[in-house]
Amino acid sequence: MASRVKFENSCEVGVFARLTNAYCLVPDGASEGFYSVLEGELAGAVTVVRTSVAGTRIVGRLCVGNKRGLLLPHTATDQEIQHLRNSLPDEVVVKCVDERLSALGNCIACNDHVALTHPDLDKETEEVISDVLGVEVFRQTIAGNILVGSYCTFTNKGGLVHPQTSVEDLDELSTLLQVPMVAGTVNRGSEVVSAGMAVNDWTAFCGSDTTATEVSVVESVFRLRDPRPGAGALGSDVKNSMVQDFFTS
Amino acid sequence: MLPGSAPAAGGTGMFVPAATAGTVLCCMCGVSMQPNPANMCARCLRARVDITEGVPRHAAVVYCPDCSSYLQPPRSWLRATPESPELMQILLRRINRPLARLRVSLSGAEFVFSEPHSKRLRLKLRLRREVLHGIVLEQTHPVEFVVHDRLCDSCSRAQANPDQWVAVVQLRQHVPHRRTFLYLEQLLLKHGQASLAIRVAAAPSGLDFFFGSRSHAARLVDFLATVAPIQTSTAKQLVSHDTKSSVYNYKYTFSVEICPICREDLIALSRQASRDMGGLGPLVLCVKVTNAIALLDPLTLRVHHLEEKKYRVYNFKAALTSKQLVEYIVLDIEQESPEISIDGSRYQLAYAQVARVSDFGKNDTIFTVRTHLGHLLNPGDHALGYDLYGANLNDDDMDTAMTRYSLPEVVLVKKSYEKRPRTRRWKLKRLPVEEDAANKAKGEEEKRLDEYEAFLRDLELDPEMRFKMDLYKNEDYRSEMASTVGDDIPTVPIEELIEDLTLGDDEDDDGEEAV
Repeated sequence: MASRVKFENSCEVGVFARLTNAYCLVPDGASEGFYSVLEGELAGAVTVVRTSVAGTRIVGRLCVGNKRGLLLPHTATDQEIQHLRNSLPDEVVVKCVDERLSALGNCIACNDHVALTHPDLDKETEEVISDVLGVEVFRQTIAGNILVGSYCTFTNKGGLVHPQTSVEDLDELSTLLQVPMVAGTVNRGSEVVSAGMAVNDWTAFCGSDTTATEVSVVESVFRLRDPRPGAGALGSDVKNSMVQDFFTS
Repeated sequence: MLPGSAPAAGGTGMFVPAATAGTVLCCMCGVSMQPNPANMCARCLRARVDITEGVPRHAAVVYCPDCSSYLQPPRSWLRATPESPELMQILLRRINRPLARLRVSLSGAEFVFSEPHSKRLRLKLRLRREVLHGIVLEQTHPVEFVVHDRLCDSCSRAQANPDQWVAVVQLRQHVPHRRTFLYLEQLLLKHGQASLAIRVAAAPSGLDFFFGSRSHAARLVDFLATVAPIQTSTAKQLVSHDTKSSVYNYKYTFSVEICPICREDLIALSRQASRDMGGLGPLVLCVKVTNAIALLDPLTLRVHHLEEKKYRVYNFKAALTSKQLVEYIVLDIEQESPEISIDGSRYQLAYAQVARVSDFGKNDTIFTVRTHLGHLLNPGDHALGYDLYGANLNDDDMDTAMTRYSLPEVVLVKKSYEKRPRTRRWKLKRLPVEEDAANKAKGEEEKRLDEYEAFLRDLELDPEMRFKMDLYKNEDYRSEMASTVGDDIPTVPIEELIEDLTLGDDEDDDGEEAV
């Protein structure tokens, strides 16, 4: 289900929150409304941790992770690292990466199996990513932009990229990631799709400005819709649910 | 690169991957479209953003109905016909400022028809503006101009006092005939110099030209200085005076006097003058008047050009003028020297035996004279000349010349042809001159007509004079075959005539004047 939220009057939710299948990092000091929506959706399934990274609130753009691990920039303080280690489940490995490009969220986009990185990332960082997160790493550009983490976001179910990505690139990415990819926008035509939304395998949070069309695109590509009879995500089992309904009604 | 996909080769051998743009959904209406910086389809953009917001829909222009010109503030008035590019320019300039302030640029404009009496001018503009992340939108926008009527400054001045003039050129020549003015009139028409005059009035022995500004009058005076030997003096009279801004309004008068020597005048030079001109014989004939006088000595065939300033030193008057020409019949002619050409005119020295037509049959008075018309005269021809034998002259210089030298008894001036009262193939245009009704003497009308007829005849004889003016085809001319038999009367060839512009629908093109 895709919900529309605002973080302190800003629609760029992906800048502030980092959402994965195992945990969710949010900054401190926002209104309780934001937290209650988040926790209402994620209750129990996912740990919601309030933290800051490197003393800032732009948690979503500075760190990156999946269900296996979390990577923080070298600017993160020891206190924050310790706090995260304490709060997160034990399966999640927290690691600090010594990398010149410290906004890891802008440079790396990953799900549980594949990661796409900035073409100029260090070799050691690439190794750390593949070790800690347990993913295959590919260096890519999205529609000519090197900040793959900003212009592309994907989960294990689907992915959304910059609207000006060409058809060939889209096919290539789709083949690489083995998930359906679509070019689209969020927040009323904003191209920075990853910064405008936070998404995991079963839920998504978009900025308040996102139009109904954009929400429907998000829901269909990330396969977030309720499995109601007749309502299909991409390639879902419509026929089965219809048969089931016929028999049960 | 995926296996199996073909690489697109660039011209330089570099690998350029194929990139077809994908389609995204418009974020507002969901229709599939090419991605653009706003990621909204054109309709949603136009619905959301109105680029003509703040652009004026009404404006005003001021129009002068008398001279059909429009005001360009603060003070200039520009003539423009309805729906013309000049009018478009004026209207666009009126709304230029608000457009520039809103950063809207104009990509096109056209007129929408409106009735002229509605006092409204309608324009349809195409405006272009950058919105939302760099997309340029284009939209049409109608603008309506309300036309306010107001007389412009010059029209209101003309309305208040139509005879108001600022400068006058008083052209005078103190001779009893008006040939010079007829000739000058044609010259002014050809060069269009009298077009700026408010009024042209006839005065005794001259013409008055009234102008609205001093510079126009000065322009006419400069032109006259190039075509006639004149002497100018100026005067001005204070009309009004604004003490606060020290503006003085004057009336200017240019008093222009033309030298009284005309063509075909016989002049007796004083000893001093004759010596200064290199010993030119005491009797000279004036053959051409431009801005200098050409004096021909008929006995030696020498021509001397005398400028106006030099003339003022001597100030001699004509002893005999063309009114006093007497008709002679040529009995015998004997060429003395070959034909020569001076200044484009041909002369030939010859001995001629002539007798006055009034004497011819009655007595045997024959004169043997030297003449410069040897190339024209044949025995039996008629010629016009000055009769010094029988003349009674009131001229000091002539008296001294007579006593010192032996003067010829006859000076032949020109050949005369038969009078033929037929219509001419050509005609001349006239200036609209206001006649002074109060000053008319009895018989003056006839005199004027005679002079005009003589002028036209002179034109027929002299191709050089014709060259300086415009002759028009006479529509009422009927060719008379009978009178062209055995005629050596010079006529104007048809190539020299211009077809008059008529407002009819058949012929309104100008024939070329080939001289």
